[in-house]
Amino acid sequence: MRYDRSTAPLLLKIAAAAGLLFLHLPILLIFVYAFTTETRSFQWPPPGFTTRWLAVAWERPDVWQALMLSLKVAAIATLLALVLGTLCAAALSRARFFGREAVSLLVILPIALPGIVTGIALRSAFGLAELPFSFWTIVLGHATFCIVVVYNNAVARFRRLSVSLIEASYDLGADGFQTFRHVVLPNIATALLAGGMLAFALSFDEVIVTTFTAGQQQTLPIWMLQELIRPRERPVTNVVAMAVVLVTFLPILLAYALTREGEDTAGSGK
Amino acid sequence: MSLVVGAEPLSSRLSGLLWRRPNLLILLLLLPPLLWLGLIYVGSLFSLLLQSFFSIDDFTGQVTHEVTLLTYAELLRPSNLDIITRTVTMAALVTVASAIIAFPVAYYAARYAKGRWKAFFYLGVMLPLWSSYLVKIYAWKMILSKEGIVSWLAAKLGLGVLLDGWLSLPVVGGNSLSVSATGTFLVFVYIWLPYMILPIQAALERVPASLIEASHDLGAAPGATFRHVLLPLALPGIAAGSIFTFSLTLGDYIVPGIIGTSRLFIGQAVYMQQGTAGNIPLAAAFSVVPMLIMALYLWLARKMGAFDAL
Repeated sequence: MRYDRSTAPLLLKIAAAAGLLFLHLPILLIFVYAFTTETRSFQWPPPGFTTRWLAVAWERPDVWQALMLSLKVAAIATLLALVLGTLCAAALSRARFFGREAVSLLVILPIALPGIVTGIALRSAFGLAELPFSFWTIVLGHATFCIVVVYNNAVARFRRLSVSLIEASYDLGADGFQTFRHVVLPNIATALLAGGMLAFALSFDEVIVTTFTAGQQQTLPIWMLQELIRPRERPVTNVVAMAVVLVTFLPILLAYALTREGEDTAGSGK
Repeated sequence: MSLVVGAEPLSSRLSGLLWRRPNLLILLLLLPPLLWLGLIYVGSLFSLLLQSFFSIDDFTGQVTHEVTLLTYAELLRPSNLDIITRTVTMAALVTVASAIIAFPVAYYAARYAKGRWKAFFYLGVMLPLWSSYLVKIYAWKMILSKEGIVSWLAAKLGLGVLLDGWLSLPVVGGNSLSVSATGTFLVFVYIWLPYMILPIQAALERVPASLIEASHDLGAAPGATFRHVLLPLALPGIAAGSIFTFSLTLGDYIVPGIIGTSRLFIGQAVYMQQGTAGNIPLAAAFSVVPMLIMALYLWLARKMGAFDAL
């Protein structure tokens, strides 16, 4: 029997397609349920379709408050992660020094350990430090695990940045800050932007660590979690779920477009 | 304007110093992130670890700040060991199932997808990976509910009896899929699957196509090629992916709480002990379990040489 080497066997094609379908059908279903007229159950097929719940969800102040808190937390956590992650990447990208492996392990640790461990550890530390829950305790938790995302994106770009560019800048009389502003920053900007978007998406969606550091405050994922545990108005939850899917797709597609040129591994570090 | 004529401005003197002393620069760069991660994060982890060596006073419900192994003794009670076994079994099953589903997707993407299809596959894995964790769980609550799409499909295909039969089984069954261990398993596989696809794909990208062709030319059947050539080369990727799927399942407390039976998993036990039960030492001891299991898992993977080929 001869094997055709450029096309895949039929069975492989079917298995691969089935795998991709398995990944995407549940998300597509969210879009169908956002328009169902059924309010009490998840009846399939939906008895009818309506856009009424879009308006109802739009009018809900609790959804808006949760959304605003999530956006604020994600923005500030991303900013902090950008600064700290870039510093780490700059230091670790080229240099060899004692404890280098330990530092890179430290950066990855918040993602490698189960979220519940990070959450409960932060909570017990806040308890020992007698720090009351606030906006900043949420940010503190989020920034900790967002650093690694920025770091992963930035470190790859720093490695490709040629040292001779920096040397040339010094030779031409620029000081360190001018060199950073005019030479380094333009070169790493898109990597930082991509890392920042992924960090934003990660923070916007985070629920496990947040349940331990939020106290009584409601971010959007916490709102969603409460609706999952004790449903109040199912159609509103359906609409919010659809909105969340749409909102998170944007930064991912943008981050992909930004890192695509010559860099196919970026963003794989969630 | 500087006061001393002819002196370099401070910023340029500083730059010169840092250029001549690169270690000083690295130290300055690393100081803020190290303070953050080393002090806040590792500090928190240590304070957690410390708490697990305290115990709770049965009468007052207060934490006794004396070093003791009482809490670890409590952890080894049969009911708690049950929780640990259940979680580890689930994590192992989820890992095996995701590897089986992930392999064809990863292999097709690595070997056959070119150009536009490659991008399609990449985004096809990345979008589900990054979309909201809770929305994905919510979608599965819809799918698995009694009146949902799976029951409907089973009825349409005349497989309703099969589904009911499966649900009436003792350990895996339940009233409906959304309150059964089968449901928990399906959702775990779904949510962690992309974490398995990406590393396997990365490993397979590095297998030259000529190797597979050589195996065919030497007369190996597709099955033999898979077993003796492809699988050993993909193993580091599978190992890397399994680290994700295993660890993420071990620590999760939201999925089994929303889709599954009332039987607890490690994450739920931690959550209950620190919340409603107010037993922080036991919660801390419980959270040490996934850390220890993961340390053991990584050590074993390393020993088996899974990292050598990476």
